[in-house]
Amino acid sequence: MISPIGWIIIWIGVVFDILGAIGLVRFPDVYNRLQASTKCVTLGTFGIMVGIFLLKGFTPMGIKALICGVFLLFTSPVAAHALMKGSLHFGTKMWKGTVVDEYGKDKLGGEQIDKKEG
Amino acid sequence: MRYIIYFIIAFCLWLLLTLNVNLDHVIVGVIVALLGTVVFGGYFTKKPMKFLQLHRLFWIIIYIPVFIWYMFKANIDVAYRVLHPERPIKPGIVKIKTSLKSDIAKVFLANSITLTPGTMTCEIEGEYLYIHWIWVQSTEIEKASKIIASPFEKYLRRIFE
Repeated sequence: MISPIGWIIIWIGVVFDILGAIGLVRFPDVYNRLQASTKCVTLGTFGIMVGIFLLKGFTPMGIKALICGVFLLFTSPVAAHALMKGSLHFGTKMWKGTVVDEYGKDKLGGEQIDKKEG
Repeated sequence: MRYIIYFIIAFCLWLLLTLNVNLDHVIVGVIVALLGTVVFGGYFTKKPMKFLQLHRLFWIIIYIPVFIWYMFKANIDVAYRVLHPERPIKPGIVKIKTSLKSDIAKVFLANSITLTPGTMTCEIEGEYLYIHWIWVQSTEIEKASKIIASPFEKYLRRIFE
């Protein structure tokens, strides 16, 4: 009974990983791409790890997979904050459809929004 | 005290990762856990015993399913925006205010916000958080805080403060 559930969770994870990759291509700027990749890839990979745990049970492989999954949940958002803050300070412009930029107003002396068409 | 608890946690994690109680594995584990304690023990939370209180553990157990449910919703939301032909996004960076005081609670709030629907933390400064929002619903601090932070704040306040 556990095995089919494990495979279903693994496949859900794979689908979310693929969606994250599509988002990485389709979204217009660094910040939106980070959103897509962080969320989808975190849950996708976490799902794969939980699926492996369900398939393998309390063996060395299963426990390692579970611990890796939990580490991923803690570290992936931190990596995303670092990349995001780095791009903001580097001066990467936001997409022209961006509506507001409080961070640029407060910290960087003006909104970092790309006004050009394109 | 907190160094000892950090050492115990690190050593248990090592044992879980190897699942092997041979003497050589245990010795390497002790050395690695000691190194980790010396380097990172200072960053560990000041009062680790606080997290053994039963009501905190209870709220942690309540918080995990809530968090996973929000994470799942976030993924459905991103999937919708990715697959929709017109790519319905209206991004922006807004500022929100949090009532949480301790550092670790703020870190967990920021991580939770990053993994939940359409929002991502850029920076924490004092009691303000800058959030990149993929579909801006309100630029006012009060309203945005209510939408973004309030689902998690009530749990995190009970866990960490």
